[in-house]
Amino acid sequence: MSYTDEETGGKVYVGIPLPVILWDDGIKIFSSSKLNHGESIAEIEDKFYKLYHGKIYLTDSKGTIKYDEEGHPTNVVPLDFSITKSVVSMILVSLLMFILFKNLARSYSRNGLVAKGVGRFFEPIVIYIRDEIAIPNIGEKNYRKYMSFLLTLFFFIWFCNMIGLSPLGINVTGNIAVTFCLALLTFIITTVSGTTYYWKHIFWMPGMPIYMKLIMAPIELLGVFIKPFTLMIRLYANITAGHITMMTLISMIFVFRNWLGSSLSFALAFFISIIEILVALLQAYIFTILSALYFGFAVEEEHDH
Amino acid sequence: MEKLIGEFSFGLFFWQLLIFVGLIFLLRKFAWKPILDSVNERENSIKEALSSAEEAKKQMQSLKEDNQKILQEAKMERDNLLKDAKNKGLKIVESAKKESKLEAEKILKNVQERIDNEKKSVVKDIKNQVAEFSIEIAEKIIKKELEDKTKQDEMVKELLKDLSIKK
Repeated sequence: MSYTDEETGGKVYVGIPLPVILWDDGIKIFSSSKLNHGESIAEIEDKFYKLYHGKIYLTDSKGTIKYDEEGHPTNVVPLDFSITKSVVSMILVSLLMFILFKNLARSYSRNGLVAKGVGRFFEPIVIYIRDEIAIPNIGEKNYRKYMSFLLTLFFFIWFCNMIGLSPLGINVTGNIAVTFCLALLTFIITTVSGTTYYWKHIFWMPGMPIYMKLIMAPIELLGVFIKPFTLMIRLYANITAGHITMMTLISMIFVFRNWLGSSLSFALAFFISIIEILVALLQAYIFTILSALYFGFAVEEEHDH
Repeated sequence: MEKLIGEFSFGLFFWQLLIFVGLIFLLRKFAWKPILDSVNERENSIKEALSSAEEAKKQMQSLKEDNQKILQEAKMERDNLLKDAKNKGLKIVESAKKESKLEAEKILKNVQERIDNEKKSVVKDIKNQVAEFSIEIAEKIIKKELEDKTKQDEMVKELLKDLSIKK
């Protein structure tokens, strides 16, 4: 958050400073207040760092940023492990999930196998994921070992999406790194649990003429990577697009500055917000069901087609 | 695409991986496993309860049918018993009637016989007594008649006449 100081004319930022952790010949930890949102240069152990367009660059004492011909900065970028807003909200979501579902789990033994408290609302969702996502896609035999991942995935994405819709506006799932991580896990689990039957279908499709086999192999192999890639892009793009739309509509309220345009924009922003709540759930659902589908492909056993 | 890669933050990826994988394992141990186990257990117990209720219903039905059968059998047996008893009663009455008739006839016969016998013995007695009397009378008459020869004869004649008539 920021406001313009009326006396000095400069911007004053209000917020909780978070730790910045850099890997640049050893770990460097300092408070984000030193960077002051790109306004000042942080000097740590004779090295100077500056925040520029959301990234921390190694710079000199004056904070010069050099550019190449295309206008990209050429300064050295140290590895940034900072506890950013996104990381904080991820930790918060994790804590929330942990407390919520641990209480749900505990309420069963205390209340004679009947859920109690807030968990009662989430229990049908857990059962839905088991009965409508995991079992039909993976199969009765194998679904158990994927349940932990699918449940965590669904609730994590959903809660992160919801936090992104709150006025805090911390857009966790709109980060490509986050969706990449989730998609990577799906990819790793699919690859690790792939049966010979699965790999045979990728490299040497049975029941096809030999020239078709030669054509199909690279396409199928590409598909292995495209599947998680689409997962990553879909979630990222949906959430980012939603945020951009919301931001645009909300800012239009202030751009119009008249009763007709502003109220129209407000109505639109309100409408889109409600849709975004739906999208938050829908994207979590799509990511989960597609992951389950890919796991299902991987563990499929040989049978008649 | 370039912008996408430019936007990729390795730090965020690192934290996300760490937190998410940690979360999966923590939740698996403390939440998902107990939740899914409990849900499964509950579903199984519901299924069992339903099937046992169904079974109980069936048992009830069969019990009811059995009861009906037993009742019917009992009724039939009662009817049979009643019929038998009635028949037996009738037979007994009939046989009793017959027997009593026979008995009565027998008794009647006996009585008749006895009466006859009595009669015979009475007649015999009377005969004997009459004989005694007649002997006495005859004695007396003979005694008297012996006094008078003619009269004696007459008397004997007359007495004999009387005796022959009486007999």
